[in-house]
Amino acid sequence: MSLKVIKSGILDTIQDLGRWGHQHLGINPTGAMDTYSMRVTNMMVGNEPGEAVIEMHFPSSVFMFTRPALIALGGADFSPSINGDAVPNLHCIMVNKNDVLQFHQPLTGARTYLAAKGGFALNKWMDSYSTHLKAGAGGYKGRNLLKDDEVLLRASPPASLIFKDEGFTVLPWQADIRWEKNSPEVFALPGNEWERLTAEAKENFLMTSFVITRQSDRMGFRLNNIPLPSMSNEEVVSSAVSFGTVQLLPDGRLIVLMADHQTTGGYPRIAHVITAHHSKLAQMKAGDKIQFRLTDLQTAEELLIKQEQHLQQLQNACIFRLEEFQKK
Amino acid sequence: MNYTGLTYHIFPLGDSALTLDFGNSINELFNKEVIGRFRELQKHPLPGMIEAVPAYSALTIYYDLPALRKKVPANRTVFDWIKDQLEERLQRPMEENIIATKLVKIPVCYEEEFAHDIQEIVRLKSLPLEEVIRIQTSVNYKVYMLGFLPGFAYMGEVDKRIAMPRKLQPEKVVKGSVGIAGIQTGIYPLASPGGWQIIGRTPLKLFDANSPLPSIREEASDNAFCLLHPGDTVQFYPITKNDFYEILNLPTPTGEGSGVRP
Repeated sequence: MSLKVIKSGILDTIQDLGRWGHQHLGINPTGAMDTYSMRVTNMMVGNEPGEAVIEMHFPSSVFMFTRPALIALGGADFSPSINGDAVPNLHCIMVNKNDVLQFHQPLTGARTYLAAKGGFALNKWMDSYSTHLKAGAGGYKGRNLLKDDEVLLRASPPASLIFKDEGFTVLPWQADIRWEKNSPEVFALPGNEWERLTAEAKENFLMTSFVITRQSDRMGFRLNNIPLPSMSNEEVVSSAVSFGTVQLLPDGRLIVLMADHQTTGGYPRIAHVITAHHSKLAQMKAGDKIQFRLTDLQTAEELLIKQEQHLQQLQNACIFRLEEFQKK
Repeated sequence: MNYTGLTYHIFPLGDSALTLDFGNSINELFNKEVIGRFRELQKHPLPGMIEAVPAYSALTIYYDLPALRKKVPANRTVFDWIKDQLEERLQRPMEENIIATKLVKIPVCYEEEFAHDIQEIVRLKSLPLEEVIRIQTSVNYKVYMLGFLPGFAYMGEVDKRIAMPRKLQPEKVVKGSVGIAGIQTGIYPLASPGGWQIIGRTPLKLFDANSPLPSIREEASDNAFCLLHPGDTVQFYPITKNDFYEILNLPTPTGEGSGVRP
């Protein structure tokens, strides 16, 4: 009654929208890197947007289903296949017992999501299913998925979905999302220590595109920027940092904090990537270029509201299509 | 200024959080204000607040931007609006918060295999090892904040005679390690890369994800996962390697120097 890992990937974990409300204890939210794609993937199968999903990096796990399920894939395109036949992202797929899902090649993006109708039968840790790798808690046994793990599905697929005797079925509609795959441009707001940068450093920050280095993971992306000189060496006493915070390290290089970032930090915060661009940022990987553009709060807020409105429309459309399909 | 005359400034931490800062420094007055306001916010959250995160001299509030955007007049940013809400509170006296704080005595083994950087302090500060340990254990430390890792308590102040800057590059640090960074001291509740100078190790559990620790605090159940909390006082006391393993309920590994009490 599950999703069985028959070969493990490099870093596949259970994630949801994160564990909020405990940062005062040093417990960081974690959660999906790309919550936008994660929510879209859930919506496809009619889940609540924040239901737990499997977040995969490449190379990803190979899974076998031990019973029928309604699933969807979204986020990065890792050229998925079922039983060897290519399947698309952002479609509902009815999979059968013994179907094997695998991923062949990272074509776009860095993280892909698997949602299953009804979610996974796991226990929450501190109000969330997200895997906290450092604490070894949450998600599936507090760790990434390994060979022979069996992630139980919480519910049977709706009785109104008629499965074939064997093999999978891709349902005909696709979520319409606009994802600018090739633009390195990411909007950011100035941070509290932005003014510490020299005029030249500011120009450098805004005019140069930086490469994301291999020292990048779910905690943060290190950039290969030319060291940015700072006008002040006054220590910043530790205080909260956030997903998207761009910190200036003592050697003048930059790190962009991601989902597994620590709760507090003591490096100058020179900028913050706006929330509406977190999804785009999360789909960048080592070797990709990033180009910061400063914006203002008003724009940041407007862009996020537009994104949320689009998600709401998408959710309504997904529910409608799935209901229509089940009536047939 | 707030009602007590403290100056502050409020800045956006990205588009979905703001930080109230009393002055970028480690001092008890600012911290008391931060922790007091934090507790008040936990009891009476601002509209749309997701959570509040207290630090040394700054308090950060995360808020639900999409939810608040619907509420806030179109000609104002959500940041401006929530900043006003917060400032209105700061003009009023802080709610009386009587929170039981505790004194925690923490055993630390300062033997060299647990204290990678203690010899460096001995060398740089020209102090005998015993004096470094005596200074470290003779002070009461105040817990200012938790952060960095689950249950990691930032404490101060370390006596200037043994204060050491952070390492240039983070290194692997073992669970229970006691570190120094400037006038701050802290204990790593979990294994992690870290840049603090390691001077000893405690066998005590600072954080346990699976079984809540006994706690004297009742007001918030998640607190029970961590041993130390802001406002607590910590005293370190030296133990032998034998004591260390005894507390862990493990046999002392055999080898040179083990099993012998100084």
